[in-house]
Amino acid sequence: MTADMGATRRSVPAGDRSARARLVILLLLAVLAGVAIFSLGWGSSDASAAAVVWHWISGDGAVSARDRLIIEDIRLPRMLLGILVGASLAVSGAVMQGLFRNPLADPGLIGVSTGASLGAVIVIVLGGGMIAPVLSWLGIYALPVAAFFGSLASTIVLYRVATRQGQTSVATMLLAGIAIAALAGAFMGLLIFWADDRQLRDLTFWGLGSLAGATWTKIAATTPIIVLALAATPFLARSLDAMALGEAAANHLGVPVQRFKNIAIVAVAAAVGSSVAVSGGIGFIGIVVPHLLRLSIGPSHRYLLPASALLGAALLLLADAVSRTIVAPAELPIGIVTAAFGAPFFLWILLRSRGVLDL
Amino acid sequence: MSAPMIEARNVGVSLGGRAIIRDASLQAPAGKVTAIVGPNGSGKTTFLRAICGDVAFSGTVTINGHDLGVMKPWQAASMRAVLPQSTTLSFPYTVREIVRLGLLNGRSGVRANEVEHLPEMALERVDLEGFAGRFYQELSGGEQQRVQLARVLCQVWTPVLDGMPRYLLLDEPVSSLDIRHQLVIMKIARDFAADGGGVIAILHDLNLTAMFADQVTVMRQGQVAASGAPSAVLQDELIEDVFGCALRVGAVPPAGMPFVLPQSALHA
Repeated sequence: MTADMGATRRSVPAGDRSARARLVILLLLAVLAGVAIFSLGWGSSDASAAAVVWHWISGDGAVSARDRLIIEDIRLPRMLLGILVGASLAVSGAVMQGLFRNPLADPGLIGVSTGASLGAVIVIVLGGGMIAPVLSWLGIYALPVAAFFGSLASTIVLYRVATRQGQTSVATMLLAGIAIAALAGAFMGLLIFWADDRQLRDLTFWGLGSLAGATWTKIAATTPIIVLALAATPFLARSLDAMALGEAAANHLGVPVQRFKNIAIVAVAAAVGSSVAVSGGIGFIGIVVPHLLRLSIGPSHRYLLPASALLGAALLLLADAVSRTIVAPAELPIGIVTAAFGAPFFLWILLRSRGVLDL
Repeated sequence: MSAPMIEARNVGVSLGGRAIIRDASLQAPAGKVTAIVGPNGSGKTTFLRAICGDVAFSGTVTINGHDLGVMKPWQAASMRAVLPQSTTLSFPYTVREIVRLGLLNGRSGVRANEVEHLPEMALERVDLEGFAGRFYQELSGGEQQRVQLARVLCQVWTPVLDGMPRYLLLDEPVSSLDIRHQLVIMKIARDFAADGGGVIAILHDLNLTAMFADQVTVMRQGQVAASGAPSAVLQDELIEDVFGCALRVGAVPPAGMPFVLPQSALHA
């Protein structure tokens, strides 16, 4: 008996994908590093990132002020924002899918991002009115906080509507998401009707989704919220796996289900809210990334969540590279790029899950 | 302290304003297999869900004398494991990944160096050796049910931990299984009780009940109709009354008509 156990210990037991998952995570870490360096160096301007980085290290003053400005105040914050938002959207997608026990749950598809947008639009348009003192107290955090409450409200409504006795109905969830998005959209329409020209311009550009407005201020405003939300997710991993069996079974396994759900919903709302606040509605990252990863490392959240963060960040940086160079010197909103790739992918998942298409 | 057991006292459950369970009591002592039988819709599953703490109920449920109502989920999880009727998954977990979830609470009771092998040992117990690498969603209903049982066994692998007996709560554990595996699973329940743990199982098969249960609780229209040893409870009158079907206990079919009873299995 003991000799037998010694023999099996050396090899990976069948059905255990943790070794492969760890390898994939290391690989993704390298990919993200590569993509980040690429995105710092790649752009419509000929500014040399290498020269600027060399300047940081050696103090050599041979770079122009213009190049430094482009790298330090445009590309670098943009790259960091891309990493933050990409990781945040992908992890939020993975957590929501686990929470709803449904691979189609995505913050962008089921109205959570729209709720966040509504929160942000309220601040942009009505910011000068009676909520002005509150906003000035919140300072740079006003927009992320408003978007957080918007996404929190829509997530809570969604969960209440779609989940009965621990089971989530796919159809109800998607339909409720459409209804919430429509309602939030109607309110936004009303606000846009009220908006003045300058606000209108802000809203339109922001609504399509873009990292173009990346500034160090925006990074300072969102980093704490996103990092806090993402830092909470590793503690949710085991509970998310247990939830795959249903709420009752998770409870039987010792998971404090209600507390877990509260934490998960607040974390997702915070991550999605602050992402939407800085970059508008960037869709499909939350559904494409976890789905691709489940195909390779399986659905165990202990690995799925960190892997999603890395792949989400890398994919968003790539999409951003496309968006700022494909029509250079003009720029395509990144939401258009992610939708152009993500929407067909989403259709592919649907067809595959219905057995129509076997790819 | 009285003998360790799961005790339900005067349990009532209402769903949507309608009383599903009224004044139901049950004592499931450690060391015994307690069967719950009754016709469809008699409230067996709802009663068990109350005992698991899944639904709000009136009355009290205690495990080894501790009130379930004030227990934290992980405290309850270290005292009892629950097998649901069926479980569907939305994500492609492997069999091993599912069975391993039983170790989530960390109170399986085996030594740290053995824990990693527990999924394989549990799968062997339920006659699914070599299934660890398969995808759960690709298995048949009966195989899935046995994977879930392996998970449940991992959670309370040792029937007695720190001197406290633990319990298996099984909702129709053999309903989707072939006869051989019905016997395998019932034997696991039997052994668990023989080693000092307690078992509550909802069963449909009165023959398996007679064969494996130490005591049986019969439910009818949300109430307990009878409780006691199978030989005392399984009587013609009660069965006809509860199931609405004129059956005769111990009657042998006319000569020439084949019948197969689980009791005839040689290894049981």
